[in-house]
Amino acid sequence: MKVKMLSRNPDNYVRETKLDLQRVPRNYDPALHPFEVPREYTRALNAVKLERVFAKPFLASLDGHRDGVNCMAKHPKSLSTVLSGACDGEVRIWNLTKRECIRALQAHEGFVRGMCTHFSGTSFFTIGDDKTVKQWKMDGPEYGEEEEPLHTILGKTVYTGIDHHWNKDIFATCGQQVDIWDEQRTSPICSMTWGLDSISSVKFNPIEINILGSCASDRNIVLYDMRQATPLKKVILDMRTNTICWNPMEAFVFTAANEDYNLYTFDMRSLDEPVKVHVNHVSAVLDVDYSPTGKEFVSASFDKSIRIFPVDKMHSREVYHTKRMQHVISVKWTSDNKYILCGSDEMNIRLWKANASEKLGVLTSREKAALNYNQKLKEKFKYHPQISRIARHRHLPKTIYSQIKEQRIMKEARQRKQMNRIKHSKPGSIPFVSEKKKHIVAVVK
Amino acid sequence: MKVSEKSRLRVVNHEDEVLGLLTDCELSTRKDEGNKNCNKYNGEIGREMDGEIDGEVNGEVDGEMDGEMDGVDDEGDHNNDERKHQKLLNVICGLGGRKRLKLAERSEASLQVSEFSVSTEGTGEKLELSELLAPIKVSSSLGSVKKRLKNVKNKKTVELPLSKEENERVLREAAYNKISQDMDKWEPIVMKNRGAAQLVFPLEQERVLDVPIEEVIEGWKVSTPLEKEIFSLLHKNKQPVTNTVLTPEEKASLKAMSLEEAKQRRAELQKARALQSYYEARARREKKVKSKRFHKMLKKKKNKEVLKQFEELRKINPTAALEQLQKIENARIQERMTLKHQNSGKWAKSKAIMAKYDLEARKAMQEQLTKNKELTQKLEVPSESEHDEDEEEDAGLIPAIVNEVQLSIDGPNPWMQKQRLNHVKNSPTQKKPVANEAAESEEEEEATAEDELLLREVEERRAFWKSSKVEQGLQNHTMTTMTVPEKTKEDEELLVHLRDLSKQLKQKAKKIRQNGEQPESPPSATRSKPSVQREERALLNERPARMVEEDLEALDAEEVGQEPELRKPVLERHSNQKNPQKTNEPVTDLHTIISVKPHIANSFLSIPTIVEQEDCDEDIIQKQLIKEAFAGDDVIADFQREKREAEKASEPKDIDLCLPGWGQWGGAGLAISARKRRRFLIKAPKASPRKDKSLPNVVITEKRNVHAAAHQVNVLPFPFTHPNEFEHTIKTPVGTTWNTQRAFQKLTAPQVVTKPGHIIEPIKESNVESSPSHSNLPNLQKKGHQYLNHLKREPVKDA
Repeated sequence: MKVKMLSRNPDNYVRETKLDLQRVPRNYDPALHPFEVPREYTRALNAVKLERVFAKPFLASLDGHRDGVNCMAKHPKSLSTVLSGACDGEVRIWNLTKRECIRALQAHEGFVRGMCTHFSGTSFFTIGDDKTVKQWKMDGPEYGEEEEPLHTILGKTVYTGIDHHWNKDIFATCGQQVDIWDEQRTSPICSMTWGLDSISSVKFNPIEINILGSCASDRNIVLYDMRQATPLKKVILDMRTNTICWNPMEAFVFTAANEDYNLYTFDMRSLDEPVKVHVNHVSAVLDVDYSPTGKEFVSASFDKSIRIFPVDKMHSREVYHTKRMQHVISVKWTSDNKYILCGSDEMNIRLWKANASEKLGVLTSREKAALNYNQKLKEKFKYHPQISRIARHRHLPKTIYSQIKEQRIMKEARQRKQMNRIKHSKPGSIPFVSEKKKHIVAVVK
Repeated sequence: MKVSEKSRLRVVNHEDEVLGLLTDCELSTRKDEGNKNCNKYNGEIGREMDGEIDGEVNGEVDGEMDGEMDGVDDEGDHNNDERKHQKLLNVICGLGGRKRLKLAERSEASLQVSEFSVSTEGTGEKLELSELLAPIKVSSSLGSVKKRLKNVKNKKTVELPLSKEENERVLREAAYNKISQDMDKWEPIVMKNRGAAQLVFPLEQERVLDVPIEEVIEGWKVSTPLEKEIFSLLHKNKQPVTNTVLTPEEKASLKAMSLEEAKQRRAELQKARALQSYYEARARREKKVKSKRFHKMLKKKKNKEVLKQFEELRKINPTAALEQLQKIENARIQERMTLKHQNSGKWAKSKAIMAKYDLEARKAMQEQLTKNKELTQKLEVPSESEHDEDEEEDAGLIPAIVNEVQLSIDGPNPWMQKQRLNHVKNSPTQKKPVANEAAESEEEEEATAEDELLLREVEERRAFWKSSKVEQGLQNHTMTTMTVPEKTKEDEELLVHLRDLSKQLKQKAKKIRQNGEQPESPPSATRSKPSVQREERALLNERPARMVEEDLEALDAEEVGQEPELRKPVLERHSNQKNPQKTNEPVTDLHTIISVKPHIANSFLSIPTIVEQEDCDEDIIQKQLIKEAFAGDDVIADFQREKREAEKASEPKDIDLCLPGWGQWGGAGLAISARKRRRFLIKAPKASPRKDKSLPNVVITEKRNVHAAAHQVNVLPFPFTHPNEFEHTIKTPVGTTWNTQRAFQKLTAPQVVTKPGHIIEPIKESNVESSPSHSNLPNLQKKGHQYLNHLKREPVKDA
């Protein structure tokens, strides 16, 4: 006689240690788990609500400057160190973990116009209104030693921007022209100019390290090649560009922060039209910085807010503001893709989370799994009206809110007028100009 | 003509550009006009031949030129010609004289060959027009001239050097084109990263150190005193620094072994391994065999061996055998003293708790009990005869299993079994009754049955009842299953077998009588013979009832947790079986005993059938319970009513427009006339058939639900081109409820993974080779795919 017994392998249900989770055998037959879409939708709704509930991006305010924070620089090797230069010529070095200033030095008379760090993290450069370029040691002076720069270069004109090469002892300044300096020399190794105007910012391409981008006050953006010591191309926009930033993951992409409230992401190879126009700010955009992953960037604006834009999106994903934050002059995205720093007019540096609802600290694997799942759900149902509404919802300061409204009205009026013009004139006589092309005045070879 | 042309060309060569241009135009006109004007030219030439052939080339040139120019219109305007001629002469005379001199020289070269006319003097031949018309072979000198002429024509002015701005512009453009072409190399990388399902940052992953430890240690420099000490120790003992696979000695031995040896050894090892695996496989196979019989045989074999060994031991070393026996005896005595196996110890108690859930524990308990019984069984008082005693002892002290095996149904020699049975007291076997029954039948047929035999048999029977009772209890627990038909078959088999046995027994008894052998009987047995007989009869008669009682007791004692219903059917079964047998057959001992067998078998069988019955009962009970619980609500009827209502509500209604009091009297108790009602009633159009018309269990509401609509997507989102596409993404669930853990992890893998506390450097060319995106991850949802397409631009065109 055969007796058929139900026999199971203990490996399938016995856990190895008692710390393990009990394995729950499951039947994944879809018939047993109906209503998957409604159930997941509910979960997505909850997830998106929770995200809004937990959205508390503001972490800390670093105060100590006695004037507006004009520029900032990231330490290339230390995540916890950040440098800032104020409008009174003071430079401060901050420790972010302790949230305190670890060093303060009077670098210039007048504004600190720009600063950058050496790629090794041993020294940093500042430029000021006193027409000097100064190199400083990153570490403070020894006991009894006086606080003084390693080198000082006295220039003929005021420098307005500085950037360091990514792996050579070379830095670039801008003012009347773009100068490329060797650290060891007191005169520039080459100067590049194209027309006569004051250049406000110069930036090295982090990937193709010999290419520079600059923006000048005559509304143009100029690209340079350091090896050939020649400018490459110039694009003239509607209004002045305040600064540009290169994408650290895409060699030919850079974003320009413009006075006309917009940001323009360009492909270096085709400057006649930006890849994307990023709207949403209601005042001049003063600074922009890319996340180290190259997927997003943060912009600081005169409208007292900072916004985070995905590179491929027209509208911002996030807006940060506080009651006390004034015009934001400089902004930085930290190298670990976690935090954002912004320096504003009212002398404070603020530390924000790059992801507003992120839980800081070590997460358990279950927490991680849950977060990933929630993220996935939000993404899956993002087109559903309720979910997108909740995800989009932000409280804004009254000024910004009303300005947005006002600008919308203005834009609609312009559009309406254009439509009417087209309607009442000979077909084809008034061409349709796309939003992207509208802002480009000319491309100069 | 050509000749003249040549001469003219010469002139041109030495004169200024004006003339050059002149000839140019002339040549072109000539070419154009071709042969059409040939006659005209001929006439001209003739005229020139008639006229003066002066050395003045220029004059001729002019004349011809004029002729060329004017001749097209009218040929005979000589006055005008001459005037022009003069003018040209003056112009030419104003130029340098040297060249003219040269030309003059040339004009004198020959009378026969002139540049301007063709003379036939001295040749004696007549010049024919056709000869003149024939094409002149192009001389080489003319070719070079033509070439030079062409060069003159193509010659361009040297351009002015470009302005600085222009120059820079060109440089910039070239540089820009070059750079943007260089940039194109990043295009595939960028596209890949944008479309990647997951990106892991930082791109430069820390590589696992795969340098062998030896190398690391070689590079190690001893610095601290502690390290020095350790290293010195290590070196002193020639200890390997690392956990190498082979120690130096092993290595040496390996080297020492010759190839043949190694081969041999390998072969040996292989063989050993093969054998081992064979034995393992065999053991496994044997273990898997489900046949009870097979296992019985196996056990028997083993027991035989054990017995043999014991026998041998007895022969070889009787003292050792005795010792062993003594040991067993001692164990029994101790057990009797200590009440060890009575399920009262710590272990037993714990098992008792577990017994409710664990079959094994229950079994263990049962075993304990049986063992206890076995051990506490009072030893038979030794009989007078030494031989008997010996045998008795043997039987009593040999482990129960051994006996059991030999007492199997189809044992080789039932007679021997019987003999053994006589001595065995308490082994709970199925065979004992057979022996008993055989003995009984003997008794019945022959009044002169041996007393002692009877006595023992009675005692055996008692033991057997007890044991059978225990067995029953056990079987109730184990719930082994057997089907009813099998049981009956077995019974029949048994019957046949038993008949054989009884026959054999009779024969045996006859033999004994013939031999006149009187088996020794214990005095007590002989004394109590009739009483015992009676007692036994009574026992036989009352057995079923008593057994039931005992059963009940046993069950009560042992299965506290079990339901009482379980037992009932058993009882019924007992009674059922008891009755027919009693009625059908006379109360012969043989049959009554046989009836025991099925009973035991029944106890095997009874449980599953009972369980089935119980199941049915439970089902019914469950149904009843549910009925009771939901006694009030008739769900189906409710649903049907609901559906009817929904249908009614969805039906379009007629509009009654008649107003009471219009056109007739109105008021309480006055009905509106049917005519008027008919007239003012607007009949609703018939509704389209409902969707749930043919679905009896469904109500489909065709109204739009506003509350649900607020949650629905009403416009197809951007990257999707078809609603199905979008629906598909929504339909596939992501959660663990619907996916395995692995699939869930894959589905919810985040798009960007960063390491906390790590600086993410910009991408470098060195990163590109080790691709940053995880290609092994399926591209579950290519986000921004459209965007990529959108971004893709044409390659940079060279200006």
